[in-house]
Amino acid sequence: MRNTYLNTLYDLARQDSDVLSLVADNGLIVFDGFRRDFPDRYFNFGISEGHMIAAAAGMASCGKIPFVYTISAFLAYRGYEFLRDDVCFQNQNVKIVGIGSGLTYSTLGPSHHTTEDIGLLRGIPNLTVFSPSTKAEVRWMMGEAYGKKGPVYIRLSNNDKEYYAEGTKFELGIPSVVKAGSDLTLITTGSIINEAMNASKMLEADGISTEVVSMHTLKPLRSDAVARIVSKNKKLVVLEEHNVIGGLYSAVSEALVQEQACVPCLKIGLNDAFADGYGALEEVRAANGLDCGSIYAKIKDFAKG
Amino acid sequence: MNDKKAILNLKKKIFLTAYRAGAAHLASAFSVIDMLYVLYCKKIIRYDASNPWNDRRDRLILSKGHACLALYAILNEIGMIADDELQSFCQPGSHLGGEPKLGAAPGIEASTGSLGHGLSFGVGIAMACKMNKYDNKVYVILGDGECQEGSVWEAAMSASNFKLDNLAVIIDDNRLQAMDTVDAIMGIKSWRDKWEAFGFDVCEIDGHNLNEIEQVLRKEAHDGKPRLIISHTIKGQGLSFMEGVPIWHYRMPNKEELEIVMKELSISEMELER
Repeated sequence: MRNTYLNTLYDLARQDSDVLSLVADNGLIVFDGFRRDFPDRYFNFGISEGHMIAAAAGMASCGKIPFVYTISAFLAYRGYEFLRDDVCFQNQNVKIVGIGSGLTYSTLGPSHHTTEDIGLLRGIPNLTVFSPSTKAEVRWMMGEAYGKKGPVYIRLSNNDKEYYAEGTKFELGIPSVVKAGSDLTLITTGSIINEAMNASKMLEADGISTEVVSMHTLKPLRSDAVARIVSKNKKLVVLEEHNVIGGLYSAVSEALVQEQACVPCLKIGLNDAFADGYGALEEVRAANGLDCGSIYAKIKDFAKG
Repeated sequence: MNDKKAILNLKKKIFLTAYRAGAAHLASAFSVIDMLYVLYCKKIIRYDASNPWNDRRDRLILSKGHACLALYAILNEIGMIADDELQSFCQPGSHLGGEPKLGAAPGIEASTGSLGHGLSFGVGIAMACKMNKYDNKVYVILGDGECQEGSVWEAAMSASNFKLDNLAVIIDDNRLQAMDTVDAIMGIKSWRDKWEAFGFDVCEIDGHNLNEIEQVLRKEAHDGKPRLIISHTIKGQGLSFMEGVPIWHYRMPNKEELEIVMKELSISEMELER
């Protein structure tokens, strides 16, 4: 996903001399191409995320299009007030791109996890919030981000698996069906889609057909589209690598209440807790009930009930 | 009109606008008004009132946004804010609130209010101007108390690193913050050594001496170095009972004090009631 972002950014920079790349001491080798070919449009702000975001807003006020990149936890939390006051309140054309979202930095613990960012950032006016599950979504949303004259947040994590057929079209605010199914619908976002896909295979073996849906856009969200997708099946599961408060479950619930389309729903995420433990991503997911085995077990119970 | 009279009129305008609204950071506005007067009325800042958003304009960011009435009064003076708009200050339907909002009027270049943002925003503008190879200048006015915000120093570090000699930072050094003196609260007696250590070309002036202000603003920047002007000022300057008294950070005069204001700013009953 990160390379997809970098390649797309490189292409945008080649087309448009106002496209800039700002980093906060992150991305030593991966920006080599950009630095080599656009040295005057690459700025390392050092370890000062809040300042970098506000400076990006100043640049945008002069017509530049800064793509601000570093670890998403530091952008969303350290940078919050700068993102709110300088970028969003002033509706500046700044793109905030966080890497390592969710539990990606699994050996480093909650200081480096981004498990409350969707809740925090969805509530800021003017900000579009993207959370891609696959590289195809990243490519699409980079185009959307560039095309929108205003603030955008893209929440990148790591996923090299691709579930979409080539040429799949995406639409802003409309969740994408990744795999069809007829018993229940599982909505998820970000790289944890891999766990969702594996769990759905395990459920399939038990005769439970699961439709897997990727919510690549958290805001703006077309509540009618969410309701339409959810209404196909009798039950709903919402899976997120995020606190269940304020994140995907909240966004889906808001949409369904709005459309008066509520169905029995199982939420799977961090239950108002910081993630426990250290290890490989799969291990930390497992320790927090977010691996495919735990997801499978929870959904199987829920499907029976 | 001579400068003294012009500034007295600006102070009258600030006070009467605040009086109508019922609240404002008067003392902060009075501390910075001389600096703003020189910047705009002595044509230091290059602007074109008929084409105010021209890309090549100089930009001023009032990072200590609570002093915005001073900026509004100046922008009114130079024709960028209409009289009725100024009179609507802090009223329903007005664009002019108690902190500046980008685009509320030409000349308001950033929304500020939460302290410690304006310098970062200004650094971004100065970098963009350099990228565009424009020769315009960026001025950022900070409060001295504001320099307690850590983000100010992140911005200072990068202004120096990115060699922003098109950036002039002005500290309105009135030695007071909301509750007490900056020295009493944070033990700061002088800002010079700190800003020098961050790579700025520092000078200090009497911020109520118009000649000194003008001279320092007309000086050319050193190649590759941002400038820091420490403007020694008096909070509430021009109102005897307000000068240097912390309680006036956000307060309006009572009936007795109002009489002193009217006398010291030459405000008539008619002007007050209008």
